[in-house]
Amino acid sequence: MFEVSLGHYLTLGAIIFTIGVIGIFLNRKNVIVILMSIELILLAVNINLVSFSIFLQDLSGQIFTLFILTVAAAEAAIGLAIIVAYYRNAGTIRVEEIENLKG
Amino acid sequence: MLAHAIFFYFFSFVAIISAIMVTVSKNTVHSVFFLILDFISISCLFIMIGAEFLGMIMLIVYVGAVAVLFLFVVMMLNVAQQKNQWFKSTDTSTHIPIGLIVSAIIFFELIIVIGGWKYKPDIIKNFSNSLTSNSTNTHTIGSVLYTEYIHLFQISGMILLVAMIGAIVLTFRKREGVKRQNYFSQISREKNQGVELVEVKSNEGVKIDV
Repeated sequence: MFEVSLGHYLTLGAIIFTIGVIGIFLNRKNVIVILMSIELILLAVNINLVSFSIFLQDLSGQIFTLFILTVAAAEAAIGLAIIVAYYRNAGTIRVEEIENLKG
Repeated sequence: MLAHAIFFYFFSFVAIISAIMVTVSKNTVHSVFFLILDFISISCLFIMIGAEFLGMIMLIVYVGAVAVLFLFVVMMLNVAQQKNQWFKSTDTSTHIPIGLIVSAIIFFELIIVIGGWKYKPDIIKNFSNSLTSNSTNTHTIGSVLYTEYIHLFQISGMILLVAMIGAIVLTFRKREGVKRQNYFSQISREKNQGVELVEVKSNEGVKIDV
């Protein structure tokens, strides 16, 4: 209980990952919250990589966390640009009203 | 060890609660604030277990750049005060219970994988970049990142460049009635279009047609 092991960190990563997935599925508000849920999922992946890297005494996990960080920043920038362009055209970014594809 | 455990439970509790609040809070600005709190507590966890460089980079990149970007977009788009209709959707959609079931299955699968995890006993000997204790975390990352992973490093720089150009192209628009500088017509102007030599007679002046 008081010995924090690798399993604790992996469980934390699993919980945050699941919260991110739930946030994508159950979102009724706007697309920005979906982007934030994607950021949460990438954060959970980063937790897993860093905890494996520390507990196995190997540096590769931290290096790849840096690259995931880069991709997450690029993804946030592109996603927010798409949202701004869509809001300018359609006037709304509510999830329920974006139904051009009738999904 | 006890202090380590207490700090771990505290930070992970804050991280989980704020992650839940990101998805359920009514105001989008509050969601961004809880996202910032989440990133801060996770970076505290990273610093606590010995990945100081990544913790600080997380603070700089996420809290300093990405969260502020989210805040700017939320402020510009006037979506902050939309009502949250989480479990009381108006249409007769079935995606909420299905989404919950799928999320629960994902969570239990992850927990099963974590619980049944065993290393191969000889896996630790095969690592190439093992952490050594006689240099700092930042020093070790730098000595590996700029030698072994230099191609990936430069490719990630290209990814950031493409993202920057893409964001500019996506949000660029031409407005009506705004005068803009046209470099091509500016540079390609020639002498006989721009300058006119006029012979001025005395006491008559010059008529300039503009």
